[in-house]
Amino acid sequence: MTITEKILAHHAGLDEVVPGDLINARVDLVLANDITAPIAIREFERIGAKGVFDPDRIAFIPDHFAPQKDIKAAEQCKLLRDFSHENNLSLYFEVGRMGVEHALLPEQGLVLPGDLVIGADSHTCTYGALGAFATGVGSTDVAAAMATGQCWFKVPESMKFIYYGRLNPWVGGKDLILHTIGDIGVDGALYRAMEFDGETIRALPMHGRLTMCNMAIEAGGKSGIIVPDEITESYVKDRAKRPYSFYSSDPDAEYVDIREYDCSRIEPLVACPHLPSNVRPARELADITIDQVVVGSCTNGRLEDLREAAMVIKGRKVNPNVRMIVIPATQQIYRDAMKEGLLEIFIDAEAVVSTPTCGPCLGGHMGILAKGERALATTNRNFVGRMGHPESEVYLSNPAVAAASAVLGRIGLPEELGL
Amino acid sequence: MKIRGKTWKFGADIDTDAIIPARYLNTSDPKELALHVMEDADPEFPKKVRPGDIIVADKNFGCGSSREHAPIAIKAAGIQAVVAKSFARIFFRNAFNIGLPIFESPEAADRIGEGDEIEIDADRGVITNLTKNEQYQAKPIPPFMQELIESGGLVEWTKKKIRAA
Repeated sequence: MTITEKILAHHAGLDEVVPGDLINARVDLVLANDITAPIAIREFERIGAKGVFDPDRIAFIPDHFAPQKDIKAAEQCKLLRDFSHENNLSLYFEVGRMGVEHALLPEQGLVLPGDLVIGADSHTCTYGALGAFATGVGSTDVAAAMATGQCWFKVPESMKFIYYGRLNPWVGGKDLILHTIGDIGVDGALYRAMEFDGETIRALPMHGRLTMCNMAIEAGGKSGIIVPDEITESYVKDRAKRPYSFYSSDPDAEYVDIREYDCSRIEPLVACPHLPSNVRPARELADITIDQVVVGSCTNGRLEDLREAAMVIKGRKVNPNVRMIVIPATQQIYRDAMKEGLLEIFIDAEAVVSTPTCGPCLGGHMGILAKGERALATTNRNFVGRMGHPESEVYLSNPAVAAASAVLGRIGLPEELGL
Repeated sequence: MKIRGKTWKFGADIDTDAIIPARYLNTSDPKELALHVMEDADPEFPKKVRPGDIIVADKNFGCGSSREHAPIAIKAAGIQAVVAKSFARIFFRNAFNIGLPIFESPEAADRIGEGDEIEIDADRGVITNLTKNEQYQAKPIPPFMQELIESGGLVEWTKKKIRAA
């Protein structure tokens, strides 16, 4: 069996599962945010359960339109707060404690290797980086799981992606996943588990792994996953709040497709409007001027991402035609970035630094685009209207390319700044 | 169950931001969401669509976010069903969970033209194009999904399960 099949079988109380099996499985954690939880709460109340299955395994994180951007958003966030209080949920994160959900839960040791996690947010697949099976579902699925502690799944087929070779300068997890999505398309892994493997992955730090698994959904994947190893162990050992298990794929595990990528041939990449699969080398896009740069999100808002952007922008200024918005993904990241002097580097460069929020990534608040404006962002989607006006444009890149472009006023590379 | 209506056609990879842009997600009221359905794919659509209409799209309909607001907006606008070459998986799940009938049929998605009158026999998965006088087969609905539909969606199914436990 693959790691995915083993985790699903274990949680369904079965010795074995095969792709296509429909199973009911126990979930270790259920997650929803201020957009999806209000519907989950409404549907949970319709189910009429006596209470939640476990008040310590339901995470409600107001991060999308929080800090509350308007009255309607505030009403939605209040639903989460009230429900959490009434049901004694221990994993409700108020503004000041909250972070972007998929950065916060791994950081706090609340999702762990071997877990089965569902979240009413498509980027729930991020936790595969820890060797967990994690997938996005809808609000009604979350409602049912809040009542029963279970969820139904179709066991997915697995695809294996093998990465080998040394990474080029300024290339990281973001470029590897953009390359992969560019190769297979936005439905190239539809309904499937994407298993990332190979020597380059085994050497890839946890933040890069989280970025890769985060964007599995952009290829239509049900999940992304990386077999846990020493890097996983060193990330989780001091964070874990409960025991965890390492699963691995058997040598004779079956994959519907196996693809290999020579990473020495991958350069910094940019996904152009309006699909994450519309990928081109950043160096070919030097004539694309930009109005806004966003560094942040569940994809690239971790401390290492901020370090990378700071390394590029240190001692330089954001181009006068650009606004640069830096969003540390959690309070912990914010504090660490402050201690390391990263925030000062950004402010000296005349960028703004925001409190943790998903904000501009989904066109919510804190950096919305006007008609005709163009952004380069370290986020995950560049659909029509994603960051604001339907006639604005979003390009996606890694943090180093985003920072270099903020200085240049157009899409560009750190090398162009002599780095 | 038979579903009959006039069709609106959309292309490939219609994402959930096009179905219901995030700028409207500070509410989950179905009526309000319906006012903006498919707005970023076709700004005139919310004005043009009539209750009973059917959406026909190319591959990967509903890709992107997990927002259940997407199938809710479609349903609340009175759209009876969506036919597509394929559906993104969270949208597929959500549609069944909330009781929006969806049908996968590459042939139907290719052949049906905008404004064609079609009739879907939901039980047999047969789609009849009354305008062109043609028939297409949709992929069969898996037995468990059938059970969900018969229960009246995931909420009702879960209620039954809790009562039985």
